[in-house]
Amino acid sequence: MESPHIAAEVRPGQFVHLKIPDLNDALLRRPFSVFKADDRRLTLLYKDIGKGTHSMTRLAPGDAVSLIGPLGTPFPRHEEGSYPVLVAGGYGMAALYLVARDQEVRGTAFFGGAADQDILCVDEFEEIGWQVIVTTVDGSLGTRGLVTDALDPWLASEKKRLRPEFFSCGPNAMLQAVAGRALENQWTAWISMDRSMGCGVGACLTCVQKVKARNGEGWAWARVCTEGPVFEAKEVVWDDDVDS
Amino acid sequence: MDLSVQIGSLRMKNPVTVASGTFGYGPEYGELIDINGLGAIVVKGIAMEPTMGNPTDRMFETESGLINAIGLPNPGFLGFVDKYMPFLRRHEVPVIVNIWGRTVEEYERIAKAFDTVDGVHALELNVSCPNIKEGSAMFGTCETSFRRVVEGVRKQTKLPLIPKLAPNVTDIRIFARAAEECGADAISLINSIPAMAIDIETRRPRIANVTGGLTGPAIKPVALKLVRDAASVVSIPVIGMGGISSAADALEFIIAGASAVAIGTANFVNPNTALAVIDGISTYFETHGLSAISELRGTLRS
Repeated sequence: MESPHIAAEVRPGQFVHLKIPDLNDALLRRPFSVFKADDRRLTLLYKDIGKGTHSMTRLAPGDAVSLIGPLGTPFPRHEEGSYPVLVAGGYGMAALYLVARDQEVRGTAFFGGAADQDILCVDEFEEIGWQVIVTTVDGSLGTRGLVTDALDPWLASEKKRLRPEFFSCGPNAMLQAVAGRALENQWTAWISMDRSMGCGVGACLTCVQKVKARNGEGWAWARVCTEGPVFEAKEVVWDDDVDS
Repeated sequence: MDLSVQIGSLRMKNPVTVASGTFGYGPEYGELIDINGLGAIVVKGIAMEPTMGNPTDRMFETESGLINAIGLPNPGFLGFVDKYMPFLRRHEVPVIVNIWGRTVEEYERIAKAFDTVDGVHALELNVSCPNIKEGSAMFGTCETSFRRVVEGVRKQTKLPLIPKLAPNVTDIRIFARAAEECGADAISLINSIPAMAIDIETRRPRIANVTGGLTGPAIKPVALKLVRDAASVVSIPVIGMGGISSAADALEFIIAGASAVAIGTANFVNPNTALAVIDGISTYFETHGLSAISELRGTLRS
């Protein structure tokens, strides 16, 4: 999409709030991570999985769509001396390409999905110098199992020589698994959370996530659209009201 | 052409404001649109003490509408004044603060507290939120309680007072009249309509609070009818809201009897809606040779 203002400003992990054309009985915009951006154009990565995304498949070159963005708090650069590790589940790689592009050190990326058709854009990460390790639940591509089934042995062998810093996007259960490994080892992990959103700009208080309270006692709500979608894993409070 | 509206001491330069809870406290949309273009801004509900609101999920999209049960999370009186009033004072747009409580005494305390806050131009009394456990909704649906809270708050503030009416009552005219008799300067309506949705696979409600309030275009015809009913029995101004997303929608409410309108859910869809509605109303007035809101207000023909 041609969008010079957003494209020039967007940072890794930020999103745009898209009004899907021809979806008139569904009111809300839909948030999409910006997959790629140059100084004029944005690329979004989506799959035809519901009414909204199905309607998007009918867009043709030259059509106009309404976007608000760039929105949200981006991923930071990795700390000096750390080794960046991307962990993507589902279509989480959509939020991680700009992270991969902007890191000074090319690291290792773990992509997990249900089956081979869920593993997208491996070539594009490899082209910019990343090692990509794939897992699928049905074993149709890469190692059979969950993304952690590949991540854990890799960490066991590599953690003696390097200090991983995680950048992760995917289902909550996977994010929680990555966060757990980071916390146990005192590594830094940045996770991008996906919650259904209303306004996208911090007004409606729909997409809230529990985080540690600033005074150190208990928890507070943070808006995924504004304080997030990227949170440092150690700030997040996980509980039962967060769907996996 | 003069599109201004007077509500007690509050002068709105045009008849378009935003519905409480759909516009945050101002800064959220301040980066996206020129909020000084609005007739007024209504901030999200404030209580004396901070509250956390409801668990998630808090919102579900339905056909042409939304069900929400946010549960009035709020930073408390001091938190609001400290964090948001400096921003609002830097803007010329009049500020209407939506206030709520769990008891008559809590309503009185918060009203009194705001009475002396510089930069607050009016108070909207939230007696009709369907989504908190105690108090609020009862004050909107029981006439005796409604009168007690409006009378009580009236004694605590000189600011223009705007009770916001619940739609789920047998006869909205009773509440409209009661508001006027108890000293309200205007009424606003409607609040969201109690509603729910169920996931048939899990058999769980779609939102954590089980029920919520329906908003958006789906409720516009209901809101329009209730605005007409309420406006027919009071002489104070009526601020109409419920699913307005275009100038045409807003003009329907004015013809039904509203002096002003508020944009709610449509802000989420297009943050520019309120400004576009103002432009559209101006164009309509020009085209139809109208020069004041009063020339169109309540002119429904039979």
